Amino acid sequence: MSGLLARLEGLGYEFADGTTALDGLSAEIRPGVITGVVGPDAAGKTTLLRLLAGLLRPTRGRVEVLGGAPEAAHAATGYMPQRFGLYEDLTVGENLALFADLHNLTGAVRDERVAMLLEFTTLKPFTGRNAGKLSGGMKQKLGLACALLSKPKILLLDEPSVGVDPASRRELWRIVERMMAGGDMGVVWATSYLDEAERCAHVLLLHEGKLLAESAPGAFLAPLAGRVFRLDVAATERRHAVGRAKAQGGVLDALVEGDALRLVMAPGAPVPEAALLGGANLRAAPPRFEDGFVAALLQKAPELAVGELAPEPRRGARAADGPAIEVVGLTRRFGAFVAVDDVSFAIQRGEIFGLLGPNGAGKSTIFRMLCGLLRPSAGLARVAGRDLLRAASQARARLGYMAQKFSLYGELSVRRNLEFFAGAYGLRGAARAAAIARALRNFELESMTGTAAGALPLGVKQRLSLACALLHEPDILFLDEPTSGVDPLTRRAFWTRIGALADAGVTVLVTSHFMDEAEYCDRLAIVNAGQVVVVDTPAALRARVKTADKPEPTLEDAFIALTRREGAP
Amino acid sequence: MNRQRLRGLIRKEALQILRDPSSLLIAFLLPFILLIINGFGLSLDAHHMKLAAYVEGGGDVTSSLTEALGATPYLEVYWAPSGQAARAALDAGEVRGVLVLRQDFAARLARPARWPARAQLAVSATDPNTAALMAGYVEGAFGVWLSDVGTERALSVSGGAELEPRFWYNPELRSANFIVPGVIALVMSMTGTLLTALIVAREWERGTMESMLASPASMRELVGAKLITYFGLGMGSMAMSVLITIFVFGVPLRGGVLALCFTAALFLVFTLAQGLFISTLARNQFVAAQVAFLTTMMPAIMLSGMLFDIASMPGWLRALTYLFPARYFVAALQTIFLAGDVWPVLWPNLAGLAMAGLIGVVATLRVTRRRLD
Repeated sequence: MSGLLARLEGLGYEFADGTTALDGLSAEIRPGVITGVVGPDAAGKTTLLRLLAGLLRPTRGRVEVLGGAPEAAHAATGYMPQRFGLYEDLTVGENLALFADLHNLTGAVRDERVAMLLEFTTLKPFTGRNAGKLSGGMKQKLGLACALLSKPKILLLDEPSVGVDPASRRELWRIVERMMAGGDMGVVWATSYLDEAERCAHVLLLHEGKLLAESAPGAFLAPLAGRVFRLDVAATERRHAVGRAKAQGGVLDALVEGDALRLVMAPGAPVPEAALLGGANLRAAPPRFEDGFVAALLQKAPELAVGELAPEPRRGARAADGPAIEVVGLTRRFGAFVAVDDVSFAIQRGEIFGLLGPNGAGKSTIFRMLCGLLRPSAGLARVAGRDLLRAASQARARLGYMAQKFSLYGELSVRRNLEFFAGAYGLRGAARAAAIARALRNFELESMTGTAAGALPLGVKQRLSLACALLHEPDILFLDEPTSGVDPLTRRAFWTRIGALADAGVTVLVTSHFMDEAEYCDRLAIVNAGQVVVVDTPAALRARVKTADKPEPTLEDAFIALTRREGAP
Repeated sequence: MNRQRLRGLIRKEALQILRDPSSLLIAFLLPFILLIINGFGLSLDAHHMKLAAYVEGGGDVTSSLTEALGATPYLEVYWAPSGQAARAALDAGEVRGVLVLRQDFAARLARPARWPARAQLAVSATDPNTAALMAGYVEGAFGVWLSDVGTERALSVSGGAELEPRFWYNPELRSANFIVPGVIALVMSMTGTLLTALIVAREWERGTMESMLASPASMRELVGAKLITYFGLGMGSMAMSVLITIFVFGVPLRGGVLALCFTAALFLVFTLAQGLFISTLARNQFVAAQVAFLTTMMPAIMLSGMLFDIASMPGWLRALTYLFPARYFVAALQTIFLAGDVWPVLWPNLAGLAMAGLIGVVATLRVTRRRLD
């Protein structure tokens, strides 16, 4: 067995329709450590895990688990699929009992193991609750417990932390690390959260089916040492500072972080001057995994670098009376369940406002009420100065909406999609033609007007979605987790556009469970269990939780601390 | 097969059935509705068929004939004032037939020297079955009346040989006795298939199938646990259908319960396997339900002998019916209900069912592979 858990040799997988999911992957998976399979959506992470679980057979190359075929290693494999793979009609205890039976656990060993996992996952008080009635974080913990029940030699986790609140996310890591302690279980942890890569002993960085890098995170980041800096910028200057920095030679990547600007310099570039960038207090910062990913992507394909955008036409100049969106005491009940509980906030014109919270916190319900798709049980919602209860359709005509999932017609070409949405927004004749021509130009879609939308790469699909949402030049733009799971360059490009729109007077409301997206917002409302816990700027939120041992807390630290302190039941 | 794994999986299936009302609805409400609707609605008996009658030229009608025609429950006689009125009623579909008595009918009848006294019966033959029935009933009523008239006048209308018909197995000639056992076959093929078709597709949709496939459970254990659990549910559904047949529709059960259980069990294995087969290929509840409906309802109604006599189908169609197990099930059910445990009839049908069940299970195990591609 040569001490390896799994060996991949030139591994490739092609779907029946000919698209390549994985291409020529060679790597080794070692016992006793966590191997991170890191990459954006559609990188091939799930395919790789399914190949390791023996659920797919490679179309090229070889995969070997525990020295043999993956199918032969089922008894020694724990697998947690991306979607909650447990029975929602069964209780926590019954789900565990089923997996114990499947693995032939009996007697004292079984009782001991089940008790220990219930203890570790703190699910013990919920043993009799139906799995379908658990929160997102608890579901993932239950899935993990079931996968761990048989003491597997190799544990395959497919994005266990997606959509889970940050506190539960940290808990998942703690549970896995505790279960590994003292044993030789090896873990393969797939994730699109780049910060999780740093917790792995070894990382396979995937992008579009190819292995971009394979190393320990430390070795991966070593070349970036001394090339990453932070400097303070004025809050009003944040978005422009990025553009200014990118225009400088030697700046590989520039990114807003609260009230600071993060810079990654090209190899050999001189230390930048704070004054030139319109900021102050330049200081070196430790490199993060994302910096490495961006550097690796740009090294491979420099044309992906985000360039300058044409300025957006000014809008929203109409009767500027009061906030663009105003919500007072908004409440929505579903039977006895209060999904949204007395929520109030106001969003100014040209502001990027974020609703940040885990899945199930009530974000989508607030969103639907603001779109006029769901009636509030109580409270008031005014969008573009109109009461949604009375003039939902008028308010909606001034809204643009971009859904989280790709919601265009995959069979239709880029142009046909634009034509359809232009028609749906009531654009006719010359106005329609002009809107489509502008969208094709501004979103760099001119070279692919005839391509079916479904066949576009992920980043382009997202551009097309945004183009469709903006065809009727709305004053207000709603974005539902717009950049979760996309690679960092695509995310930067997207937010650069959104920034330009906000500068032109468009009000942007974003919902996200993704801390990285929150950084781009001017202000954030932290939503937890149906309530708005706090509303503030990202910088102020971080400042609230600054302590002596955490001088530079992340937004995630802030989120955990604030929901625990103020949202605790 | 590993006993503990199988037991764990069966317990899981049973808990899911108890917690999720949809499978209980399919197993009990669907058969109930189907049986009630089809049992009451599907009748080949004709009652109260409307008949227009008139006498040419508006002559008098023999009162005893009026009584004779009115006495049968199968006919409802409407005495039309004129020929046009009777014809108009037939054209409008208000009556199914017209009985015309010649103007001199009563006069001729009274004097044997002027016989025959002529009457004409015109029947709407748009539905040939009902037309034949109606003609038969009118002829019968007419014949009874004629022999009464003869007896009254001490005249012999006919003489010599006499035919006395007897109707065996279904002496009351109730079509329900023949149809309702056939409806059980329809109901069982639909519920059996639908139960498993939806269940596996749901596991694919919810992602639980992926966990199961990655677990040490073998395909035989996964499929076996589903077959065993839903077999129990399906037999419960069958028991309810049989009780409704006997107590609501009054169909006699002449055969034994054991033979009935055995027959139902064989058929159920096939339909459950058919459902598993469908949902394994469809992996989507909506598609699976559609395919299940199409592949069960059509053959069960058209080609099983439940409604349409297989013996009178053209040869190639008759050959085709052997491919659908519903045919064997209908034949066996009708035999058990109406004739009793006639083993020489049952054995070939049971053999057909057993063969179908075996093919169904093997085919399902063949298509359910351990992989996602």
